[in-house]
Amino acid sequence: MSNQNRIYKGGRIDRDLAINFKFNGKEYIGYQGDTLASALLANDVHLIGRSFKYHRPRGILTSGSEEPNALVQLGLGARTEPNMRATEIEIYEGLEASSQNCWPSVNFDIGSINNFLSRVFPAGFYYKTFMWPPSLWLFYEHFIRKAAGLGVAPTVKNPDRYEQKFHYCDILVVGGGASGLMSALAAGRSGCDVLLIDEKPEPGGYLRNTSAKIDNLNSNDWTNEILKELESYDNVTILNRTAVMGYYDYNYLTALQKVTNHLPYLSDKMPRERYWRIRAKKVILAQGAFERPLVFSGNDRPGIMLASAARTYLNQFGVLPGKSVILFTNNDHAYGTAIDFANKGAKVTIVDNREDIPSELSDRCNKVKIKIYPSHSIINTHGYQKIKKVEIQKVDQDNNELTGSLREIECDLVLMSGGWNPSVQLFSQSRGKLEYHSKLNSFIPKDLIKNQKVVGCNNGNFNLLEVLKNSYQAGLDFATELGKSANKSLEIETAFEDLEFTEAKVEPYMIGKKKVTHGSKHFVDFQHDVTAADIFLAQREGYISVEHTKRYTTTGMGTDQGKTSNVNALALMSHIHNKPVDNIGHTTFRPPYSPQTIGAIAGRNVDHLFDPERKTAIHQWHVDNGAEFEDVGQWKRPHYFPQKNENIHDAVNRECRAVRNSLGILDASTLGKIDLQGPDVAKFLNLIYTNAWSKLEVGSCRYGLMCNEHGMVFDDGVTTRISENRYHMTTTTGGAARVMSWLEEFLQTEWLDMEVFCTSVTEQWTVLSISGPNSREFLSSLADVDISKEAFPFMKMKEGKVCGIDARIFRISFTGELSFEINVPSRYGLFVWNEFMKHGKKYDITPYGTESMHVLRAEKGFIIVGQDTDGSVTPKDINMDWIVSKKKEDFLGKRSFSRSDTRRIDRKQLVGLLVNDKKTVLPEGSYVVDEAKPRPPMDMIGHVSSSYYSPTCDHPIALSLIKNGLNRMGDVVKIPLMSGKVIDATITDSIFYDKEGARNNE
Amino acid sequence: MKYSAINLVRNAFSYHENWQKAWSSPELKKDYDVIIVGGGGHGLGTAYYLAKEFGVKNIALLEKGWIGGGNTGRNTTIIRSNYLWDESAALYNHAVNLWEGLSSELNFNVMFSQRGLYHLAHSVHDMQEITRRAYSNYLNGIDAEILNQDQVKKNIPHMNVNGRYPVLGAILQRRAGTARHDAVAWGYARAAENLGVDIIQNCEVTGIDVSNGIVTGLQTTKGSVNAKKVGLVPAGHSSVLANMAGFRLPISSVPLQALVSEPIKPILDCVIMSNTVHVYVSQSDKGELVVGAGSDSYNSYSQRGSFDMIEHIMGPLTELFPIFSRLKMLRQWGGIVDVTPDRSPIIGKTPIENLFINCGWGTGGFKATPGSAHVFAETVAKGEPNKIAAPFSIERHFSGALVDEAAAAAVAH
Ligand SMILES: Cc1cc2nc3c(=O)[nH]c(=O)nc-3n(C[C@H](O)[C@H](O)[C@H](O)COP(=O)(O)OP(=O)(O)OC[C@H]3O[C@@H](n4cnc5c(N)ncnc54)[C@H](O)[C@@H]3O)c2cc1C
Repeated sequence: MSNQNRIYKGGRIDRDLAINFKFNGKEYIGYQGDTLASALLANDVHLIGRSFKYHRPRGILTSGSEEPNALVQLGLGARTEPNMRATEIEIYEGLEASSQNCWPSVNFDIGSINNFLSRVFPAGFYYKTFMWPPSLWLFYEHFIRKAAGLGVAPTVKNPDRYEQKFHYCDILVVGGGASGLMSALAAGRSGCDVLLIDEKPEPGGYLRNTSAKIDNLNSNDWTNEILKELESYDNVTILNRTAVMGYYDYNYLTALQKVTNHLPYLSDKMPRERYWRIRAKKVILAQGAFERPLVFSGNDRPGIMLASAARTYLNQFGVLPGKSVILFTNNDHAYGTAIDFANKGAKVTIVDNREDIPSELSDRCNKVKIKIYPSHSIINTHGYQKIKKVEIQKVDQDNNELTGSLREIECDLVLMSGGWNPSVQLFSQSRGKLEYHSKLNSFIPKDLIKNQKVVGCNNGNFNLLEVLKNSYQAGLDFATELGKSANKSLEIETAFEDLEFTEAKVEPYMIGKKKVTHGSKHFVDFQHDVTAADIFLAQREGYISVEHTKRYTTTGMGTDQGKTSNVNALALMSHIHNKPVDNIGHTTFRPPYSPQTIGAIAGRNVDHLFDPERKTAIHQWHVDNGAEFEDVGQWKRPHYFPQKNENIHDAVNRECRAVRNSLGILDASTLGKIDLQGPDVAKFLNLIYTNAWSKLEVGSCRYGLMCNEHGMVFDDGVTTRISENRYHMTTTTGGAARVMSWLEEFLQTEWLDMEVFCTSVTEQWTVLSISGPNSREFLSSLADVDISKEAFPFMKMKEGKVCGIDARIFRISFTGELSFEINVPSRYGLFVWNEFMKHGKKYDITPYGTESMHVLRAEKGFIIVGQDTDGSVTPKDINMDWIVSKKKEDFLGKRSFSRSDTRRIDRKQLVGLLVNDKKTVLPEGSYVVDEAKPRPPMDMIGHVSSSYYSPTCDHPIALSLIKNGLNRMGDVVKIPLMSGKVIDATITDSIFYDKEGARNNE
Repeated sequence: MKYSAINLVRNAFSYHENWQKAWSSPELKKDYDVIIVGGGGHGLGTAYYLAKEFGVKNIALLEKGWIGGGNTGRNTTIIRSNYLWDESAALYNHAVNLWEGLSSELNFNVMFSQRGLYHLAHSVHDMQEITRRAYSNYLNGIDAEILNQDQVKKNIPHMNVNGRYPVLGAILQRRAGTARHDAVAWGYARAAENLGVDIIQNCEVTGIDVSNGIVTGLQTTKGSVNAKKVGLVPAGHSSVLANMAGFRLPISSVPLQALVSEPIKPILDCVIMSNTVHVYVSQSDKGELVVGAGSDSYNSYSQRGSFDMIEHIMGPLTELFPIFSRLKMLRQWGGIVDVTPDRSPIIGKTPIENLFINCGWGTGGFKATPGSAHVFAETVAKGEPNKIAAPFSIERHFSGALVDEAAAAAVAH
């Protein structure tokens, strides 16, 4: 029989729209508007999943985002999603879900053996065992890990898309219940920019479930009227299915909107979820309250749920989840649920642990034939996969002892209500302070932060008329503060709840058949199977700070983050220590409010938009010509250009020879380039670089080293004076952004009086570096300026046209060969490159990549910052003392050169290494020792920072940082490889080719 | 009562009613031989080793909140010793050696799980960096293996090795892993108390009494107390305490954040670190993915970071593990980390006689806990730096003898 628990009419579901779905492989029918939970309950399915630790059968506890039990694996394949709350999933045609954390099935789960062994598995048992022998921990752990966890992750990539949105508003109202609607209405009427957010498919909250009357309208109709008005305002935005997740400084909030989660997968046009970042001038929290479970023996069986949740299923979804119903309560308000159930034909019994039941209540109950047992408690429950029977007994209130006869009552549904906890998670995240409310017996907001209000039940107010009025006023007040006012006041005269929430004690636990600490299962945290006995144990063992109790027992650490368990746990602690709850304190509420999708936070920062690749203007040419690329920072750079069957070595050897013998061309566009302008640039450069810049003439280039405050080399490059007050700085490819921030940091925090403006122009220029003995001859035919040796010496820059394009030509060299770096605006880059390739045929122009560039510079002993330096190397260490000004009063790093360790003469210094066998290319990163021992440890004296086969020298070369290396020329040292082999090498000068630098000056 | 499987079963019969307190809450006495300030793992461990190995009798440990509530209880628990510089390698490897026996030593299961740590290389430059580190580790006697892309892919099947920054290889330390952070604090506390250490919680140090350049005692929220020696181990609040004693530290305190996902069945059985893509992730025994985020770029004592640091790691995380995209982030939090210019700790003497400090562990000190505590205990007991601790004196920030792990590898955890 289908939908056997569905009542004939009522609720906000559409009975004409049947929806087919599957749960644990079985087909069911629900209706449009159902959640998975309501549809399953309608079909009398109560057993949904298994608990975390004891694998106990669990059903549906709540009707919302606080659900700890009814977690399911939703969807299949790439779209499967673990730990989804059945109480929040809106069903759609074809939905498939299944129980999780059970094997082989939810009905018969091997893991439930833990339940029988639960006596040896109290809270924190794992801290006390699995220690012997130590080597077996990984083995034990393997099984622990397998048993833990809930659902399963998908094993293929997520096919769905997530969007992000930034939003600014005057007033953000969180929660669309009675209070939120009123605040939004007042603010909306005042013309404020309002964003109203509710996590349910439609606003209304509690008003959808009660029989409250507002000005003679039933609460449902009244809510629809208000919504209609709100929707008519352009200045009001309403977001449904959206949960505010985080509340950060200065009213910065994040929210997750489910966009298509409630629909079958129709198309890829719509994102699955949208992540909102909201900056609100004012925030009104109107999130209502959560009902508290009661902590009694066996309170976790499927078929035991919160009274308010049951009322929601009945009134909103037209589901009567049981026909023989027990309500266990300690407050008046829950009677409303009992009466609603009785009115719909259920047989209802009330077990109330209070002695005095107001006569008004008992009279009303009498009318609908509800039997009340005052001063009674449920002391035990029965039914493995679903509740069958409860045992109740009278409690002697004075001694908290059971008296009278034990009574058994058959039932198919148990409702419980222990009072209400305002939803203070977000408020607390915002760093608002909480206080304990003695009537509510829960925490409510105390000290608000700036530009924030909390209204309604969220603020501990449960009187409907007052809530409506105060919340409206809150909206008006904020509007006034924003300089706006409403032309309408609130016209509500009357608002009646049939049963108002008055007060409820917070019950540490309900006395049970067995002693609470003697094997009785009084659950406090359902998901994590934390019982009252566990809380007792934690206190007994000294874990008495709330945080210790939480961490030791794991109470409140489930996916509901303690929404249903925290206050009860605190009440227990207060009971055990005989201290008021406010003295116990509470744990910190941490974002997010509800679990939020990782992919949604990543948003579009995925796939090709994840840290987008940077490509030069020549990139496509490189691709077309078979370049192998390497990632350098964010850039794609050609590593080498293999031809036909060449491997990397063949290609690099060929490329290097071309440069040394004729003409090579390198796309050097990725070099960092910073345009510096202003009257103080020279002064600034004097402080940033170690050498002197005051005398650099217009049209001249100079190489510079930058050091950090510790005097360690940090970046290098050539800077050129373009005009009186304009300089062009180049940096390493990977260091460009770092250098830019470095310059800005000093300009903005230290040298505020300097007039220097830095602009990154890396992307603006394409840089073609041509290198080789034929480079001048080649270029002279394409450039309209005199580039003869006499007219254009080394380290000069000229502006002119190259291939008809305005260009800056720099005569600088990183290969040691005669070289020119031609900078042209990037949009002409590819054109000029193609021209070069065309005209260069004559010289067999050869494009080369970064690998050849590295080899060529290493042959010359030029360093690469970040490869031959590692943040622990001074200019002197790399034999570049010549570049450190002895005259300048100050520059970055200077003071550090006088520190005792920096001054030390036996520091690690850059030298060359030649292997004695003339064959082996040393591994880069290998370490150098004086004495090789049979096995580690060995004392290291340095390491190999660069190492290549040099085609020019026709033997391997290496650069190395070696302790006192500059004074050890000719010494033989050893390089022990991980294979055990030891290689001998001789310390040499770090320049391997053209020591005099003659080729460069050709 | 000893913790063991047998005692667990035995106690089951008495409904676990006979377990004693793991540690109690004694009153603060008037005089102590040594007071340790800061009840994180490093402080608690120091107190333990002082009592256990260095024969100090009359010890108090003062904690302003609850023990383990600082960074000890907030970190992502990555433990490794494959550091580049000899000084660091010695220190962190000393720690790993102690980790291996810690559960038995303390008779408290700290769940040190040597599930192996992969440090990914995404570029030629990264490969050079890990190769260098592997060689240095090798010659220092620390286990290190260089894996190529195929090997990485085989061991970590769910990782996307062909993404924006392809995984070219990795350095694997098999002895590395994770541990249960709270258990470290609790285990040390229990063991220290067994040796007579007074563990005083909710006791904030508000002043340091110095007379003629020598420390004499402390002012606390529970009154004043005399001490012959004081060891400061206050992590994020080190500068605050140094200030009380009248000296300055080269430390900036910044929030560092982390997060966990909802628990899922085992999917990742090792620890992954990638500096280039910025991902630090492992899966806890409970099934949660534990993800390290970045530190805020401004100084703060607020134990909460900004949202953008969380946002910034989600792209990288899903880039490396596309299958994590549909999982849910459950909780985010922050801790205040004490960062030195060279990212190495400060362990040793201070300008005040008999006042010692152990701080500057920044974003990566959990792994060092037993080692740090051990070398610091010796330093406090003997009044002279322990050999492994010696390079980590405050003086290095004056002499320039930095141990610059940051510049070398920019490693955070
Ligand atoms: C998010 C995050 C992730 C991290 N991830 C890792 C990781 O993966 N691996 C790793 O090795 N490290 C990691 N770390 C770093 C690591 O957590 C710390 O370096 C380490 O735990 C420091 O331990 P501690 O005992 O020195 O400090 P803490 O645990 O912070 O202890 C210091 C204690 O001093 C107390 N205190 C301060 N002032 C006073 C006072 N005036 N009086 C009394 N008591 C005081 C504090 O309350 C605190 O309990 C991470 C840190 C964070 C925040």
